Amino acid sequence: MSRTVTTQRKSFNTAIAWVIGLLIFFPILWTILTSFKTEAQAIASPPLFLNFDWTLENYAVVQERSDYMRFLWNSVILAGGSTILGVIIAVPAAWAMAFVPSKRTKDILLWMLSTKMLPAVGVLYPIYLLFIRLGLLDSRAGLVVVLMLINLPIIVWMLYTYFREIPGEILEAARMDGATLKEEILYVLTPMAIPGIASTVLLNFILAWNEAFWTLNLTAVNAAPLTAFIASYSSPEGLFFAKLSAASTMAIAPILILGWFSQKQLVRGLTFGAVK
Amino acid sequence: MYLKHALRAATALTFVATAAAHAQTITIATVNNGDMIRMQGYTDNFTEATGIEVEWVTLEENVLRQRVTTDITTKGGQFDIMTIGMYETPIWGANGWLVPLDGLSDEYDVGDILPAMSGGLSHEGTLYAAPFYGESSMIMYRTDLMEKAGMEMPDAPTWEFIREAAAAMTDRDADINGICLRGKAGWGEGGAFITAMSNSFGARWFDEDWKPQFDQPEWADTLNFYVGMMNESGPAGYATNGFNENLSLFQQGKCGMWIDATVAASFVTNPTDSTVADSVGFALAPDTGLGKRSNWLWAWALAIPAGTEQADSAKQFIEWATSKDYIDLVAENEGWANVPPGARTSLYENPNYQEVPFAKMTLESILSADPNNPTVKPVPYVGIQFAAIPEFAGIATQVSQEFSAVYAGQQTVEEALAKAQAFTAEEMEAAGY
Repeated sequence: MSRTVTTQRKSFNTAIAWVIGLLIFFPILWTILTSFKTEAQAIASPPLFLNFDWTLENYAVVQERSDYMRFLWNSVILAGGSTILGVIIAVPAAWAMAFVPSKRTKDILLWMLSTKMLPAVGVLYPIYLLFIRLGLLDSRAGLVVVLMLINLPIIVWMLYTYFREIPGEILEAARMDGATLKEEILYVLTPMAIPGIASTVLLNFILAWNEAFWTLNLTAVNAAPLTAFIASYSSPEGLFFAKLSAASTMAIAPILILGWFSQKQLVRGLTFGAVK
Repeated sequence: MYLKHALRAATALTFVATAAAHAQTITIATVNNGDMIRMQGYTDNFTEATGIEVEWVTLEENVLRQRVTTDITTKGGQFDIMTIGMYETPIWGANGWLVPLDGLSDEYDVGDILPAMSGGLSHEGTLYAAPFYGESSMIMYRTDLMEKAGMEMPDAPTWEFIREAAAAMTDRDADINGICLRGKAGWGEGGAFITAMSNSFGARWFDEDWKPQFDQPEWADTLNFYVGMMNESGPAGYATNGFNENLSLFQQGKCGMWIDATVAASFVTNPTDSTVADSVGFALAPDTGLGKRSNWLWAWALAIPAGTEQADSAKQFIEWATSKDYIDLVAENEGWANVPPGARTSLYENPNYQEVPFAKMTLESILSADPNNPTVKPVPYVGIQFAAIPEFAGIATQVSQEFSAVYAGQQTVEEALAKAQAFTAEEMEAAGY
């Protein structure tokens, strides 16, 4: 028997959803608004919401002071490279865990996740020394590997969860039809798990894009991404909030746009298997 | 055969040329503040004169500190010049991590650097970093509010006077707080302020045997006075206010007085950003008559890490950036109020600079600070708002968190001091003092 939802209830739910959505979005909205203020307006009390003289001066200053495109390009390479590499490694791993589990599969999964609980700063020096030895400091290749390793447990976990929703019989049928392991994963499993893989890719791209500890500590000039770009506008002595907001807006704009256009895929993937 | 030799020679030449081209680019790690950003704008002048290209890595102060510390301790070689302060310089110099800045040219005139600055940036008489700009702390106050309160600010006031004036200037209905001071946790934020203030109350971090002194009455006097005054006349939530929060309050006319870095003077007197630019006066940081004032001493300075392969190019840049000519260059283009202050004696002898309203008080504040003799009672350490030992940053951050909890009303002064004493004693013992 289906439950009847009244129009009043629907409107109420929608209103609540909007309020929560706006609350979550408000810090981003405020950052964007501040980026169009002068430094004096940015710290005005009471705060100015929309009634201020809009200016593009902060964007001009940021553009003049920093090579935005270089930081953006590095962000794209680091986030994209680490995500692709992670998925290439994680798909076979998740396949093995989902379809040919051993007694220790659960333990391995938990152990992988436990590596995320280690504070990053705890391994800063070993990684830094390793990078010096390998000549990888301030290189995109080194950071791609580090970001991939950081996000790999999440990628494996997500893909494992999605793969578990796919009936094993389908894969068995493919095997009986003569499919090799490679063909089974590439032509049977992957197409069926596309929503899950897509949301995993998107989520990990966002995580890698926003990663600020390793990208600040292992880069200087050549591999510095947008996190370093934002950090260069944060000042403990001097009020540069409007410029910092402009830099932040420029840094988050690409990922916001990507998220906006791929939200359907993202929601579909994240709720994959939630409703039976 | 000839062709083979020619090819080898050409290859070798290419490598040499490439190496030479690379040798002409230096990488500088620096903080994001007005003077440093301005310097980046003039980098082309340096490149034109020397042919040396400059790459900048600008970071927030705490990130920069972590970044350059990691790099220098591991000999990462990421930077050819690092922007560091008075805390790091003597420690790193003693460890052999920095290139000594000797052999500077006659035109550079190293003797012109203010003695307080060169002293704080040296180890055993060797200069390890050149000050780009220096600062002390002083009182910035609203002349109109002071007049309205019927009081007159002396050039060198006492803490009692400041407390009385703060109470008289406070007008809660008009949202005016008599005094704004740092309370934010962090050794370089609220920790720096309260340490400098404690010096004037006769307190010290350690005695001559490196025993922590938080169980002594001078520390209780300092904290009780601070908390009492701030509760009477300070802004709400002062426990989380640092430099920027107080700057914002002062610029909006919500502080009667503000005791903080001398570099803030150029911000609060700048009519573009400050609503009270035309009614700001300056005075020396207060004392209690014990012989020490509560002002600190700090410099952002340029140093060359020992691991760099481009020490000569780096030294050339440092000579350019901290020279008298650079000061003239900025003055010519942006006015005397915008030149990097607090580094050179000749700047304060310049009649043009003497006309800048905060120049005299800045110099007097710097000259009255003595990092080698910072406290009323003798101490084994160098530094006014810090003790120049590697353990200090970690310990002081923890201690300042305890103090901030007092300001937020989460614990008493006695509780915080007892915790500070126990924690510091434990850390110092573990460090082998």
